[in-house]
Amino acid sequence: MLEIQAHLPVLVVVVPLIGGVLTSLMGRGALPWAWATLVTGATFALTLRLMATLLASGAPHISYEVGNWPRWWGIEYRVDLLNAFILLVVAGVGFITTIYAKESVADEIPRDRHNLFYTVWVLAICGLLGITVTGDAFNVYVLLEISSLTVYALIAMGKDRNRKALTASLRYLILGSVGASFILLGIGYLMMVTGTLNMEDMREQLLRTPDLDHHRTVLVAFAFLLVGLSLKMALYPLHMWLPKAYTYAPSAVTALLAATATKVAVYMSFRFLFGIFGPEFSFQRLPSHLILLAGACLGVVFSSLSAIRQQSVKRLLAYSSVGQIAYIVAGFSLANENGVAASIIHIFNHAVTKGGMFMAVGAVALRVGGTDLKHMRGLGRRMPLTMAALTVGGLGLVGFPLTAGFISKWYLIKGALDAGMWGLIAIVLLGSILALVYVWKIIEAVYFHEPEDPRARDATEAPIMMLVPMWTLIGLSLYFGVDANFTSDTALRAAKSLLGGAP
Amino acid sequence: MIEFPPGLILVLGALILPLLGRGPVMRAFSLLLPLATLAAVWMVPGDAQVTWSFLDLELRPLVWNAPTRVFATIFSLMAFGGALFALNQPRRVELPAAFMYAGSAVCVTFAGDILTLFMFWELMAIGSTIVVWSGGTPEAAKAGQRYVAVHLVGGVVLMAGILAHVFALKAGGVADPIALRYFEFGPNGFDALSFAGAGDIAPWLILIGVLVNAATPPLGSWLADAYPEASESGTVFLSAFTTKTAVYVLMILFAGTELLIYAGMLMAVYGIVYAILENDMRRILAYSIVNQVGFMVCGIGIGTEMALNGAAAHAFAHIIYKALLLMSAGSVLYMTGKRKCTDLGGLYHTMPITMWCGIIGALAISSFPWTSGFVSKSMISQAAADGHLFLPWMVLTAASAGVFLHAGIKFPWFVFFQKDSGLRPKDPPWNMKAAMLLFAFLCVALGLGYQPLYDILPYPATGPEPLYEPYSASHIVSQLQLLLWSGLAFFLLLPILKRTLTITLDFDWFYRAFFPGLWRRALKPVVDLLVNLRDLFFDECIKVGRAVTQADALAAQIPIFREWSLGSAMVLTTFVLFVYLIVGFLH
Repeated sequence: MLEIQAHLPVLVVVVPLIGGVLTSLMGRGALPWAWATLVTGATFALTLRLMATLLASGAPHISYEVGNWPRWWGIEYRVDLLNAFILLVVAGVGFITTIYAKESVADEIPRDRHNLFYTVWVLAICGLLGITVTGDAFNVYVLLEISSLTVYALIAMGKDRNRKALTASLRYLILGSVGASFILLGIGYLMMVTGTLNMEDMREQLLRTPDLDHHRTVLVAFAFLLVGLSLKMALYPLHMWLPKAYTYAPSAVTALLAATATKVAVYMSFRFLFGIFGPEFSFQRLPSHLILLAGACLGVVFSSLSAIRQQSVKRLLAYSSVGQIAYIVAGFSLANENGVAASIIHIFNHAVTKGGMFMAVGAVALRVGGTDLKHMRGLGRRMPLTMAALTVGGLGLVGFPLTAGFISKWYLIKGALDAGMWGLIAIVLLGSILALVYVWKIIEAVYFHEPEDPRARDATEAPIMMLVPMWTLIGLSLYFGVDANFTSDTALRAAKSLLGGAP
Repeated sequence: MIEFPPGLILVLGALILPLLGRGPVMRAFSLLLPLATLAAVWMVPGDAQVTWSFLDLELRPLVWNAPTRVFATIFSLMAFGGALFALNQPRRVELPAAFMYAGSAVCVTFAGDILTLFMFWELMAIGSTIVVWSGGTPEAAKAGQRYVAVHLVGGVVLMAGILAHVFALKAGGVADPIALRYFEFGPNGFDALSFAGAGDIAPWLILIGVLVNAATPPLGSWLADAYPEASESGTVFLSAFTTKTAVYVLMILFAGTELLIYAGMLMAVYGIVYAILENDMRRILAYSIVNQVGFMVCGIGIGTEMALNGAAAHAFAHIIYKALLLMSAGSVLYMTGKRKCTDLGGLYHTMPITMWCGIIGALAISSFPWTSGFVSKSMISQAAADGHLFLPWMVLTAASAGVFLHAGIKFPWFVFFQKDSGLRPKDPPWNMKAAMLLFAFLCVALGLGYQPLYDILPYPATGPEPLYEPYSASHIVSQLQLLLWSGLAFFLLLPILKRTLTITLDFDWFYRAFFPGLWRRALKPVVDLLVNLRDLFFDECIKVGRAVTQADALAAQIPIFREWSLGSAMVLTTFVLFVYLIVGFLH
């Protein structure tokens, strides 16, 4: 027992890594799914344990040196409150979507590829967890590649429903690779200056660097990293890969991606901007927050407008994700406590809300065979629980009180007031109204029309294996809308330590 | 001892109600819940202190504000009457939604801070929208969509105002920025509502958000649009809560704001004009809600103790007689399926109970002596007279005559008497009759024994002398004169009214006969302008929004919404990189 306790940080990555590779050997039946559920469940349990250990120890962070190599030579895994929280979100949502995936994948992916699908699926979760837990900049890149390559494959698996999944995947592959190589270049330049790959070490070396503000190499590293990260987290206008990828990926994959992939990219930005460069360099000496904020404001408005004009619900929600990412970016680019806390809270809140909504859309794909608004018409009476989940999630996107979305917006507005940015508040309110419009389009189709599609006419409620995970996530979004103490306390503490410059 | 907001009994009960099926258990429960709420309201101790933590805030959901008792009592009572009237209705979600709506209204009256108030305010919007939709017709669906759009936009405006206000107070170092403060914006009149400085926008936003719910023109056309489309029983519920909660909030926050005197006068006149032009019997009554709420808003604007007492008492009396009138109209609709005045008439033969109850309601709304309307409305007029506010007094008096015309005589006359329509419906089922008789009894009982009502007003009598003596000889005589003369005018004008009802009402002629020139030269342009503005804001916005959202061909022409090619995406990425590099090197 003691052994597990001591190795928790690395087990979070090793268990899904080995478990994922083993999934490919599980044959064709339900076994790959069962195994993947077991692995992700175990991983989730490990992250819970990790969080409990961290809170119990009272230390600011837990450091783990892989293979007992000193951290400046080997790889350090380092867990503080922030990434323990993100690990919990990623592993938890990963576990719940794996349960959900069974029915959806059985319907959408040919049977002989199930073992491969779940292999790639678990490895993707592994990569995302690895990025979050590691304290080594190069390790970040390696795990980023693992998660990216697996995600490209996952998206391409949507090809049996729609061939466009292949081009969507290719598009993401090209843009994602550009982003990843920008990140790699940035890390390389940083290593040139600091001579190390350990994040904490980098920070110390950078602090010692004379005339950091005008250090050309550092500035170039900063620019490459920021653009690469913006691409990976789909910050407007570098979001061009996202709508197609979300639209054509298999339903379960969309739910997983929407809830985790971009969020981990946001976490990476936290690490680089606050941890390595430090908030002072990133936000006070350089006006980069203005560029980020501009992207975020444009993102809120234009992606919501794009969402409004979509006929495909998956694509509508994909554009809405771009808008929601923009809120997250707006929060941390304020670089004050409430703003950063708003970002961290919204990472969680949006993960559960949007994950649950994409699950509901996936259930429609299963029952009706399509995910356009015309397929959704009149489903309010035929799939009441699924549509209620979609509606509650939609209210969360608008930021209705008593949903989690309200809490995020509350802190974001507080942060904007602290920074004296009244314009941002106006944008947030405008964004809420636009969100109301696109959510209303769904509600209108669902509740105020008679079914058009013959399959919608005799659709039945989604299977219980979909309803339970879907309502777990939506239920969480409601629970943390009412009792936000855990999320907001964690986020405020994490925000404090980020702004203190802790790596 | 009750240590939770009594409204929660209704709100949570509403969630249980659908599980009980449609049998006698559910019916008994639906009558029990409002009574339990009423009992709970009266069992809350005077020094109740309950706090809920939410985020880093301390919410106080159980506080006695000055007008709380009178509003919470009538809201619970109304929920009971409505439930009794709705006992035989077959729709599954209407009653739970109505209870959620009524319960939230009760919760609003107990809110001790502005955020709790806002949360229940929004819950009311949701509940009432579902009640409108429960009408079940395509018109109800559309009206409900417009209704919810208006209320959500109003809610966002209110929220923005509340946030701006709370943060301004917080920045100013006020200890408890979310607390509800009496007369927060009131006593300074226009001073508090000035445009000087950005921080001062908050009271305006709050005021606009509340006035949307008070149905003040030009923000208030949702009322007459949506209420008549609900079911017979749904309209009865709807008439009671939204506007009166708005009156409650205005009374707490804006008492004495001079602007409200004019807003109230506008509402009183607007309601009459449209009620007289209308042919749908329930829409007539819906417009007269606007007119009656105008009296209350006006009283709040005057802001003296007498005026506030009058506004609260009038809200109490108004809920009862308006519900009674709508029950009477609802019974007619239920039994005949017809709602236009021109299709009805002569029903007094076969619906005597409905007719008598309708007439009692009509007398009460006209403030006939010995009915509830008389003991409440005269306080507002008295307050206007005491304050030497001549114009408001004149308008209120004229509007009183107008009320008698449209709601007091026009509704019963065209529905129950007039020509014989040939319809021979019976009186409605027992529960509807029981609900009407109960409320009719209350109308008369309050008119005769008004003391219990006066005792729970925001400013009860302190000394031995009574708070207000409504039955002085001069009051009675002047009110009877007013009523009799306008009654006479109605019957003299009847040929014109009748003829025009079948074609179109000659609006200008009618008004020149009444207020020579005044209407055409002064009021109508204003009302038209406001109506146009309202159309612009709500209808056009919705139309444009719909056109924009559905025009895919249009979308393809706007480059920003087009799917970017991979090449342009790469160029854009490179461009952003350059921006960062240049900013980095130049800073």
